[in-house]
Parts: sequence; C-alpha cells; structure tokens
Amino acid sequence: MDRLSLSNKSANTRALEELAKSVGNYLPTAAQGLCPVDTAASYIGACLAQSCGKCVPCRVGLRKLGELYEKILSGKGEESDIGLIESTASVIADSADCAIGYVAGEMALTSVRAFREDYESHIARNWCCAREEHPVHCLALCPAHVDIPGYIALTQKGRYADAIRLIRKDNPFPSVCGLICEHPCEEGCKRNLVDDAVNIRGIKRFAAEKAGYVPAPACAEPTGKKVAVIGAGPAGLTAAYYLALMGHKVSVYEKRNHPGGMLRYGIPDYRLPEKILTDEINVILETGIDLHLGVDIGKDISIKEIAESADAALIAIGAHSDKKLRIEGEDLNGVVSAVTLLRGIGDGEKPDFTGKKVCVVGGGNVAMDCARSSVRLGAEKVSIVYRRRQADMTALAEEVEGAIAEGCEPVTMMAPVRIEGDENGNAKYLVCQPQIISTIGRDGRPGVKAAGVPEVKLEADIVIVAIGQAIESAHFGEFGLPLKWDTIAASDECHFETASGIFCGGDCATGPATVIRAIAAGKVAARNIDKYLGFDHEIEVDIDIPAPSLLDRPACGRVTMKERDADERKNDFELVEKCMTEEEAGQECSRCLGCDHFGYGKFRGGRCFKW
Amino acid sequence: MVNLKIDGIDVSVPENTTILEAAAKAGINIPTLCFLKDINEIGACRICVVEIEGIEKLRAACNSPVEEGMSVLTDSPRVRQARKTNLQLILSQHDSKCTTCYRNGNCSLQSLAESFCLTGNSFPETPAANNWDYSYHLIREESKCIKCMRCVNVCDKIQTLKIWDVNGTGSRTTVGVTGGKKINEINCALCGQCITHCPVGALHERDDTAKAIKALDDENLVTVVQIAPAVRAAWGEHLGLTREEATVKKLVSALRKMGFNYIFDTNFSADLTIMEEGSEFVEKLTHKDENKFPMFTSCCPGWVRFIKTEYPDMVDMLSTAKSPQAMFGAVTKTYFAEKIGVKPENIFCISIMPCTSKKSECDIEALNSSGVKDVDIVLTTREVDRLIKARGIDAKALEEEEFDSPLGDGSGAAVIFGATGGVMEAALRSAYFLVTGKNPDPDAFKAVRGFDGPWREAEINIDGTVIKVAVASGLGNTRQLIEAIRAGRVHYDFVEIMACPGGCGGGGGQPIHDGEELAPVRGENLYCLDKNNPIRFSHENPAVLKVYEEYFEKPLSHKAHELLHTDHFSWDVIK
Repeated sequence: MDRLSLSNKSANTRALEELAKSVGNYLPTAAQGLCPVDTAASYIGACLAQSCGKCVPCRVGLRKLGELYEKILSGKGEESDIGLIESTASVIADSADCAIGYVAGEMALTSVRAFREDYESHIARNWCCAREEHPVHCLALCPAHVDIPGYIALTQKGRYADAIRLIRKDNPFPSVCGLICEHPCEEGCKRNLVDDAVNIRGIKRFAAEKAGYVPAPACAEPTGKKVAVIGAGPAGLTAAYYLALMGHKVSVYEKRNHPGGMLRYGIPDYRLPEKILTDEINVILETGIDLHLGVDIGKDISIKEIAESADAALIAIGAHSDKKLRIEGEDLNGVVSAVTLLRGIGDGEKPDFTGKKVCVVGGGNVAMDCARSSVRLGAEKVSIVYRRRQADMTALAEEVEGAIAEGCEPVTMMAPVRIEGDENGNAKYLVCQPQIISTIGRDGRPGVKAAGVPEVKLEADIVIVAIGQAIESAHFGEFGLPLKWDTIAASDECHFETASGIFCGGDCATGPATVIRAIAAGKVAARNIDKYLGFDHEIEVDIDIPAPSLLDRPACGRVTMKERDADERKNDFELVEKCMTEEEAGQECSRCLGCDHFGYGKFRGGRCFKW
Repeated sequence: MVNLKIDGIDVSVPENTTILEAAAKAGINIPTLCFLKDINEIGACRICVVEIEGIEKLRAACNSPVEEGMSVLTDSPRVRQARKTNLQLILSQHDSKCTTCYRNGNCSLQSLAESFCLTGNSFPETPAANNWDYSYHLIREESKCIKCMRCVNVCDKIQTLKIWDVNGTGSRTTVGVTGGKKINEINCALCGQCITHCPVGALHERDDTAKAIKALDDENLVTVVQIAPAVRAAWGEHLGLTREEATVKKLVSALRKMGFNYIFDTNFSADLTIMEEGSEFVEKLTHKDENKFPMFTSCCPGWVRFIKTEYPDMVDMLSTAKSPQAMFGAVTKTYFAEKIGVKPENIFCISIMPCTSKKSECDIEALNSSGVKDVDIVLTTREVDRLIKARGIDAKALEEEEFDSPLGDGSGAAVIFGATGGVMEAALRSAYFLVTGKNPDPDAFKAVRGFDGPWREAEINIDGTVIKVAVASGLGNTRQLIEAIRAGRVHYDFVEIMACPGGCGGGGGQPIHDGEELAPVRGENLYCLDKNNPIRFSHENPAVLKVYEEYFEKPLSHKAHELLHTDHFSWDVIK
C-alpha cells in the first residue's frame, strides 16, 4: 500500500457537511420564539456529538448537563438543579482541554445566567415564561408588522394595488421601503431553512412600481381634535397619515423647505429618487394634512406654543446633527460632516468635487452614501477610511459592494489621528494610525488597538465625517422633557409620564436607526395619540388575501436585484438598482413558504386585519 | 365553480371549498381528527392528508382549498402509509386504556384506530403522566391529550377566555392552563365547551356518580332529584332512543327505578325564578333612576363566573335572583323538608344538569340558605346516562311516569330556559302580566329566539312602556355585547346571557357528538314542549302559586330574599 494518498471527501463526509450546513441555516432562522432552556439543551446535545471523548469535563460533563436539562424540561427539575448546571458548566468552561468542550460549557453558562428566571419557571410550573410566539416570522420581525405573506400573495396574483393598500395599513411608505428598507423581515424568513430568504424588499418594490398611483383611503368622520406633528420625516408623516385617517386635524411642522426628513436629506437620489419620495408623500398629504415648511421649533415657535395650539403633539425631529471626530484640524476648510453634505445635496446644492481626493470616515450606510455621492460629484479618488475590517462595517453588504464597484477604495484598519492643512487652511492630509484587530467585546464585535507601525498620511482635499448623527434636543429638554444623552427619552408607547399630551418617536427617541423603525414609531404614536384623545379608531383594510397555493416550494435560488453598470451610474444621481422583471418577481413570490397558512401561523394566526 | 377530480370522480364546487368538503360532496370520506369546522382547521394531526397530482408534498385536506383542474388521491398507498404512521405516533403518546375511559365508545381516536385495522403499534406507547387536582370540577388528563388544540381554539375563539394555552416547547409541547397556572387559579367559567369539543377523553367533568350511588344506598338519607329543562332534550341520545322516544317522563321512570325518593323538576324553580327575577325587573323599572341598566339574568353560573372576573364593575347589574338549581335546593331543604318532616341534613339533593359549571355553583357556600348544603351534588346529562347504564336499566323498555308532587310542576315558560332566549321570553310573559294584569299572547316574544349574530334584540311594549331587551349566548358573543354596552353603542333594559353557545341545549354537560352542534335541535325540542304545555306562564304554575301562598307570601318578600336571592359579591371565583 502506498504511504501517501490524497484525502478525498467520502460520501459520508459530504453528507455530514450537508447536514451541518443545514443545521447552520436552521438555528438562526428557527430562533424566533424558542424556549431558551430547550434551545440550550439541544445545543449541548449537538456539542456532545462533537466530543472526541478524551477529556472528562466534555465527555461526562456535557452528558450530565444534558441529563439535568432533560430533567428540568420534563417537569421533574428541582431548584438546586440550576445551581448545579451553573457550577458544572463553569467547570467545563474552565477545565476542558479544547474548544469543543469549553465553548459548550460557555454556552450553557450564558444560557443559565441570561435566562435564570425561565429556568425557575420551568422548575416551579413546568412553564416557559421566555417563549415568544412568532407564528409568521417575517411579519413579527418587521417593526411595523407589515403583512408580508399577504402582499406577496397579492403580488403573485397581479393584484398590485391591493398589495400596496395592504402594506399601507401598517406602513404608508411602500415605494420608499421597496427601495431602501433594511428588511429585518428577511432574517427570520423560514425560506432560509431551505435555501435563502425570499427577496421581500424586491417584491415590495416590484409591487409598488407596478401599482403606480394608489389613492389614500377615505378618512373617518372628523373628530374636531387637532394634532401637531413636529418633523416631516418617516416617523412624523406616518403618524400624521394614520391620525388623519382617524379623522383628526393634523398640522405638520418641518424645519426644512421640503418634507421627507432623512429620506430626502440623508438618502441620495441614486438610492431613493426624489420623484418617488415626493409622489409617496403626496399620497400621504392627500388625507388632508396641513404641512408647514421652514418652521424651526425652538426658534420660530416654541414647543410650548405648539403644544398649546393642539390637543396633542408629536415630536419626531429625527437625528440631523453631526458627530465630531474630536481631532486636530477638524475645523479646516474641506472638512464636512455627512449630514451637512447630504442635506445640501437634498436641497439641490451639489458641491463640485472634480479633481478632489476625498476621504470618508466611517463604515455605516451613511458613509457609503457619502462616498458614492462623492464619486458622482466628480471626485478623483474616494477612500472609505474605517477603523476595523471591511467585514465589520455596519453598512449593508450590497452598499459596500456598490461603493467599491464605483471605484471607492476601502482603507480599513485606520483610525484618524489629525487632519493636516495647507497654508490657506484647506485640508490636505488625513493622518491615521494603523490598527490591529483585537479581542471581541461585549457587543460581540471585535475591538481594535493601535498597531506598532508608524502613522500614515492619506491625501485628502475633502474629509467627510460619517461617524453617526446627533439629535438637536436641547430645546425639548428645556421644555421639561426627559433627555438621555441627546435622545428624548420617551417610553416604548411614545409618550412621557411627566408630560401629558406630548408624544415622541423615531430617531430622536431611539438614536439614529432605520426608516422602518421610524415608521413603526409613527404607527405606535398615532394609535396612542388617538387613545389619548379619547377615541378607539381602528385602521383596517378590506382586502381578501388569496387562498394559499398548494404547490411545492422546491429549493430555488434567490433572485437578487440587478444594478446599472458601475461605469455608467457613477456619473449621475439616477437610481442604481433595477426592478425585478415580471418573471423574476413571479418566481420570487412563489418561493414564499406561506407561513400564514402552513405551520404555526394557521393555528395562532399572527396576521392583524386591523389595529 | 371549481372543477376537480377526487379519486377519479369529477366534482364541481364553489371557490374556497376545502378538499375535505369537496370529497364529502363526492361521497368520499377523508378521515379527520383534529379538524373542527370553523374552529380548528389547523392541520395538526396530519390524518386528513391527501396526494395531489403534480405536487410532491402531501397536503391536509381540511384546510387546503380546491384548485381548478386539480386531481386528488385520498386513498393512495402513500396517503395510507402517512396516515397510519401519524396515527401510530399519536397513539404512542395516548393512554389507550379505553375500557375505563369516559369516552369509551364515543371517542374519535378510538373509532379512527378501528377504521385503520391497527393491530399493535410500531412505536412504544409512552403516555405522559397526569398531574391534576382530581377534586376539581374540570379534569384534564395529560396522558390522553392528543394535542389537537381544539380546546385552545374553542376557548380562544368561541368563549374568548383563553384558559388553555400551548405549554411546554418543541417535542414537549402540550396543552395546559395559560400561564402555567393551576386550573383553580384562573378565571375559567367552567362552561365545559372544551370538554364537548375534545375528540378523546382528555377533558371531562369530575365524576360524581359514585357519590350519587352512595347516597341512594344510605337508608338514613331521603334522596331528592331535580331534572333541568335542557336535560330532557338530550338524555336519550346515547341510550339508543330517538328524540320522540326520550321523553322526560321516561327519565323520571329510570330515576325511580334507581331508587330516588322524590323526582322533581327544575322547571318548578325556573318558574319560581321568573316570579322573583321578573318582579325584580318590574321593581327596578318603576324606580328607573335609582338603578343601573341593563339588568342581567343570573341563572347561568358560567356567565356569573365570567362577569365576576371579566367585568367586576358590572356585577351589581346582575339580578339578585338565585339560579333555578339553587332555588330548588333552598326550597327543598326548607319548605319541602318541613312539609315531609325531615331535617335538611337528612335530605340529599341531587341535580341533573346539562352543565359543568353547576357543579361548582352548588359548592358556593354563600348560596346555601338551609344551614346545610342546599344542593349536594350535580350530575351532568352524561353522568346520568352512565348511571342508567350502570344500573342495568334498559332505556328502550322504560315506560313514562309522572314527576312527584309538589315540586314536579313546570310551565312551558320554564322548559324553554334550556334554549338561548328562553329565560328572556319566559320573563317577558310574566313581566307583562305583572304590569298589566293581563296575559300576553305566549308567543308574542318569539323575536329573541334563534342563533343569528352575536346577539339578538327586541323592543317590547308593555302598557305603553317600551323596554329594550337583548339575548346572547356563548361568551365571545357576550363579550361583544358587553363591550357595545360599555361603549354606549347600544342600550338595553334587560339582557339574558348563557355561557354556552345556543344556551343549555349546547351545555358543556350534554352528550357529546364530535363535530356536531346540537343546541338548535335540542332547543327546537324544548320549544315544542312549551307549545304543548297547557300552562304557558310561570305565574300560572300551581305549585309555584302554592309555595307563595304557604311559604313565601309574595315575590321579593323578606323570606324570598332570604332564600331565593343572593349577594353576588359574597364569594370569589378565584379563591
């Protein structure tokens, strides 16, 4: 026999790999609403299958943990078992010889510490108090709880206007979200178990484009109540829309000259064209909302006066102020904050970057927006300077890829130290200290530390600081509303214990977040303002959802969105992303597993016909 | 219309018909287990799976809509194998000790297993252990539960009390009391609708037949039994009798054969209830400013438990009149005890009720007014049927016999207490008389009959006074009505509520016919008995007139208040 041979994968190995991959897909998708105790027990069971059996803590310890879990889950647990799990897991984590053992021990430890109350509930009452029911994952994960299976079924049947009406029951921005929603819904899509999540956002965009203009529904009988909304961003306009539908008289006050908030002043046209945004806002305004532009609350009129002018007031001012790098040279000419740059572009004031070298500092979506806008403004070179690795960027992967395709260069592992200027006070160099990736922090993200190498100088005529936004909340703090850092500390119900009749939601209450979260806040605020005004209006839509398709859903690749050629698109601010074709949308709709009908959804519903 | 083929047979059905319904139309029976029309169409048991040409996965017939051109196979080898394996899996967790089960002979799982020619099980049978307080009125046996989720959905959708919930997780998922509570720690109305909709013997009332037999065997006890109105419309269903054959007089005969000393009729005390409740209503109407309206009926213990826990601020709107069962117990152990010269503690008072909640009502100490327990035990219709069988009585051979006197007389107004709207109709007949001194046409208030909508309403003109009444049955419907009243959307003077859909005819203690709702049929039976009764008015019941003459003097007298009325605030649903 030959002494050496190539180790090819056997059929067994391949099958095991398939299985592992399948479980890998299964776990995050199935994580919606599981019992923490049962989940920990199952994970430990899986870990035990990996144990080589050499060392005691892993071979015996994990088995004993498994037995303790089984005892608790079958209702025979005793109070002392929790302590025994904790001490055993701790010893496994401390004394196992390799990662198979100590990682399993750490998992058990994390679980028993994070969910102690649930362990106790299992033991005392055989009842899981931490289990959450999410009959339809996508719908539950959408902050505004849009009826996703419903509109996908309608889109598949070609009932586009109905799909838009159904979306508008929970979200008055279907076209906007079809283009730029971060789609948290897709994370829990059960289709991940089979192959890949349904392209939910793409389907929504397709439905919105196909539907064209769909009028707003009729408003309820006028109630005679007046509501003032401060801020015409997604949160404010969403609240205004639903409040108007409920029959209240709504006045929206906007500081800028156009409505839309960050949708207009934060997101560039090539991602969200101005016309689509304006059309969508016009439908919202059809409900009879009074829009007052160019009114700065705190300068032109105080919050006190606004609050007194109406029966209730909603603060939804967003997060439009910039955050500073706090480094030397930040006051040089050519150093600009992301919000300032994007706001100018939103107002039609496009600076000329022709021939300039631009450094964008940051790794989020706003940084990508600035970088890609800079390319379109004629920049000679655009660098995206980021402290961590590309993989650690918080921007959506497709945004990063888009920027790179358009010629932006990620310069990663670089922490800005100072900006050096020329004799005229213009920025010249961004000086950075190279970093080395380091240990993982509490937030699960790897930290960085200064690498033992000299500083580097990046040429930079323009430095765009995109490291987050702040909230101009001081005026509201003076009025007596509670502030936490710079956010206005409203409750999850969007109101305050101390200020009756004043509501608050969106980025200004949460800190900078996503559009769909702002929309959700607008919805919650509208509901609670209506209740505060003494009403119990319900927002509903009369649409019959098509019967579930009984067809099989075989494994099938996900249709991804196509984009215009990078060479072409980088020269203009026209929309980059192309819409799905009818063929693609049809196939993508048919990939939806219909969780509203198949599985737990049929038992526990999850769909709300009205709210 | 949608055209399809089922097992090669062409069928044409309206859109949105399920495969199950379409197959039934073609004369093809697809077996089901968890399915309950409109209530539980969740496809959990996977017994009704069928093969659809061109589709790889088997689909549940119960909730899959037909599609044009579809070809369905309901009995292919794949289908049979899937059903058989799933059935065996269900049985592997079911305690199949059928011989000692309450549902022996009336169990959907048992008959399903029979239809599959199962001999043994490929899987070891490991039913879960039971953990329940068997002294409670409602009993759940974990070892028999097949997790069909019907009880959860019946309580959620029909009764809106959400007593049952999914318990445990993953493979340990089962049904339990919401929040992991004990059954006596939660606001259960004890209506028993979960029992009558359970396909197996996992849910049942506490069996009190042994206590009845013990009392019958005790020579020192005088046994007095009362038969509730709705029992007579259902007791023969599982004894091989047709509705025409199963008269209440044959039930009297059966009870007499068992050795009960006095066989009386709850119709007597239903008439008494009308006298008290009707007078209370007329009294309230004449002092309209001092009273809250509507006045609610108080004869249904499930409803009383419901309002006490769900709308405690409205409890003072309940009539203070005790229920007919409780009035009967009070009269038996005072008036009747004196009459026959027996001490109340030597009388054993048994009720035969269509109801599970009555078992709990008779345990409420505050309702006793004789110094001892007024009603000792309650047997459901199902329990009395079992007792008849246990005593070897041939129901077919029973001859009709009369009730005993004096508490055996009842009017037609009393017998319709067993149907939704009946109490209201009976009360209006007598209220009209109390106000005008004249009898109305006994059928003048028929508008409150029926089963349409969440509730029914009527306007009655009594001598120039227009009174608005409403009737609801089922606690979900009740909740809708009460919410409408609270929101000021509707206004009524008098409202009748029955916890069970259709009233006592559909009571939680009635014989179980899986998948059938028999309240309408049984109600029809009661309306027929009313029509044929020469006495149609409670205030004309001679026994009632006599008890006032000899004992209570008049409705709402001091003595009547003492024995026939109660303070609803004197006890709590959750102790």
